[in-house]
Amino acid sequence: MSAVQEALPAIRGSRDATVRRFALTDAIFHGLTRAAAILVLVLLGGVAISLFAGSWQALSTFGFSFLTSESWNPVTEKFGALAPIYGTIVTSAIAILIAVPLGIGIAIFLTELCPRPLRRPIGMAVELLAGIPSIIYGIWGLFVLAPFLQTTVQPFIIGVFHGIPGLNSLFAGPPYGIGLLTSSLILAIMVLPFITSITKDVFDTVPPVLKESAYGIGCTTWEVTRRVVIPYTRIGIMGGVMVGLGRALGETMAVTFVIGNAHRISTSLFAPATTISATIANEFTEAVGDLYTSSLVALGLILFVITFLILAIARYMLMRIDARTGA
Amino acid sequence: MSTASSLHQSRKRKNAVMMTLCVIAAGIGLAWLALILGALVYKGTAGLSLDVFMQMTPPPGDAGGLLNAIYGSVVMTVIAVIVGTPIGVLAGTYMAEYGRFSKLTTVVRFINDILLSAPSIIIGLFVYELMVRPMGHFSALAGSVALAILVIPVVVRTTEDMLNLVPNALREAGTAIGAPRWVVIKSVAYRAALSGIVTGILLSIARISGETAPLLFTALNNQFWSSNLNAPMASLPVTIFQFALSPYEEWQQLAWTGALIITLTVLALSIFARSLTGRREDK
Repeated sequence: MSAVQEALPAIRGSRDATVRRFALTDAIFHGLTRAAAILVLVLLGGVAISLFAGSWQALSTFGFSFLTSESWNPVTEKFGALAPIYGTIVTSAIAILIAVPLGIGIAIFLTELCPRPLRRPIGMAVELLAGIPSIIYGIWGLFVLAPFLQTTVQPFIIGVFHGIPGLNSLFAGPPYGIGLLTSSLILAIMVLPFITSITKDVFDTVPPVLKESAYGIGCTTWEVTRRVVIPYTRIGIMGGVMVGLGRALGETMAVTFVIGNAHRISTSLFAPATTISATIANEFTEAVGDLYTSSLVALGLILFVITFLILAIARYMLMRIDARTGA
Repeated sequence: MSTASSLHQSRKRKNAVMMTLCVIAAGIGLAWLALILGALVYKGTAGLSLDVFMQMTPPPGDAGGLLNAIYGSVVMTVIAVIVGTPIGVLAGTYMAEYGRFSKLTTVVRFINDILLSAPSIIIGLFVYELMVRPMGHFSALAGSVALAILVIPVVVRTTEDMLNLVPNALREAGTAIGAPRWVVIKSVAYRAALSGIVTGILLSIARISGETAPLLFTALNNQFWSSNLNAPMASLPVTIFQFALSPYEEWQQLAWTGALIITLTVLALSIFARSLTGRREDK
C-alpha cells in the first residue's frame, strides 16, 4: 500500500509531462498545417502583387489606352493590348460554342444511353483527353490539323461563302491553315473533357425519383433530359461551362502553335491573330527593354484578372449545387 | 385519335433524333482522342530509338537525342514534388482535420480551386518576378519552384477530399485510447487515406510533366548537359516547343518522339493513379 502511495506522485508527474508533451507536439503540428493552408492564400496574393508590380511601368506609361490601343510596336515602344484581348475572347468564345453542345451530348450519352459496362471506360477515355499536355495538342494542331484545314476545309468554306455579304468577310482567304478558327477548334477539344465530366457529375446529382416520375407519366428520354435533368442542374452546367471558359482563356502552348502570332484584329476567322498567353509565351524571353517586358507582364495581369473572375463565378455556381445536394 | 398518335410519333422521332445526336457527340469525342493518339504514335515511333535516350539534343541539321531534356524534366519534376507535396498535404490536413469547420478552410478551398485552374503561364510570370529578376538569370531552381506551385493545389484538393472520406468513428476510436490529435491524424487518418493521397501526388506529377508555359521563362532551355540547378536547364516540353517550331526535319522528328514519350508517361501515370482509387468508386 505505502509503496503505491509513494510511487503515485512520480506517476502523476510523468503523466503530466506526457500530456504536456502531447499538447506541445499537437500545437506544433496544428501550427504547421495552418501555416501551409495560409501559404496557399499567400501564393495567390503573391501572384497578384508581383504581376501588379511588374506591370506598373507599362500601366503608368500608357494608362487606360493600354486596353484600347491595337498597336504593338517594340521598335517605337508603343504597346496596346486590344489585339491579344480580342484574340483571347474570340477563340475562347468559339471554342465554348463548339464544346458545350458536344460536352452536354456526351454527358447525356454517358448517363442515359450508354450500356453500363461501357460507361466507365468511355468516361475515363474522355477524362484522359484532359490529361494530355497542351503542347501535344499544339504539335498535333500544327502538323496535322492545320494542313488538313488549309488544303481541304478552308478553301471549301471560302468558296461557299464567297458571294454572301457578311459571311464572306468572316470567312475570307487566303487559307493559312493556322489562325483564329484553328485555335478555337484545338481549344474546343481541350475544354471538352472538363465540361463533360462536370456536366456528368451534376447530372448524377438529380434525384432518381424526379426522373422516374417523369418517365412514369410517359416522357421520352429526351423530354426527361430537357424538362427535368437540365433545369435541375442548370447552375452546375453553367459552372462547368465557366470552368471550361477559364481554361480556354488561359490556355497557352496549344494556341501558341496554331494562332499565327499576328498583332492585328481581322474580321476573318481564318486570319492569323494572337492571344494574351500566346503573346507572352512567344515574346517574353526576347523582349528587350523594361517597357516591353512590363507590357507583357501587364498582359499577364489582364489575363489573371479575367480568369480569376470567371473561375470565381464558376466556383460559386458549383458550390450552390453542392449545397443543394448536401455534399 | 389521329392527332394523338401523330403527336406520339413526333415525340418519338424527336427523341430518336436527339439521342442519335448524343451518340454522335460521344463518337466525335472518342474519335478525336483516337486521331490525336494515332498521329502521335505514328509520327513518334518513327524516330524512336535508343539514341533518343542516350544522346544530347543536336545542333540544327544533326542527328541526336533528348537525354539532357529528359534528365532536366526529371530533375525539376522531382524537386517540385519534394517541395510541393509536404505543403499540399499539410494544407489539406488542416482543411480536413483541424480546421474542418473554420472560415479559413472555406476561403482556402475557394482560392485553391482557383489556383488549380489558373493559367500556368501566370505562374511562370510570377516566378520570373519572384526569382529570375532578383537573381539576374534563368535557373532550373526557378523552374522547379514554378512547377511546385502547380503541384500544391492538386495535392491540397485530393488530400482534403480523401481525408474527408475517412469515417469519423476511426478518429474517435483513436482519441478514445488517449492518442493526441496529431497521432490520430498520422496513424489513423493518413493510413486510411494513403492510396487517395498517393493518387493526388501521381496526378500532380502527370500534370507538371507536360507543363511548358511556366518553364519558358524560368528554367529557359539548354542545349547541353547541365546538372547545375543555378543555371538554365533543358526540359522535354520546352525542347519540343523549340524543335517543333523549327524548320529542321531532324528537330521536328525529335519533337514528335518527345511528345510521344511525354504522352505515354502522363497517360500511364493517370491510369495508374485512377486504378489506385478505382475500387472505391465502383462500390
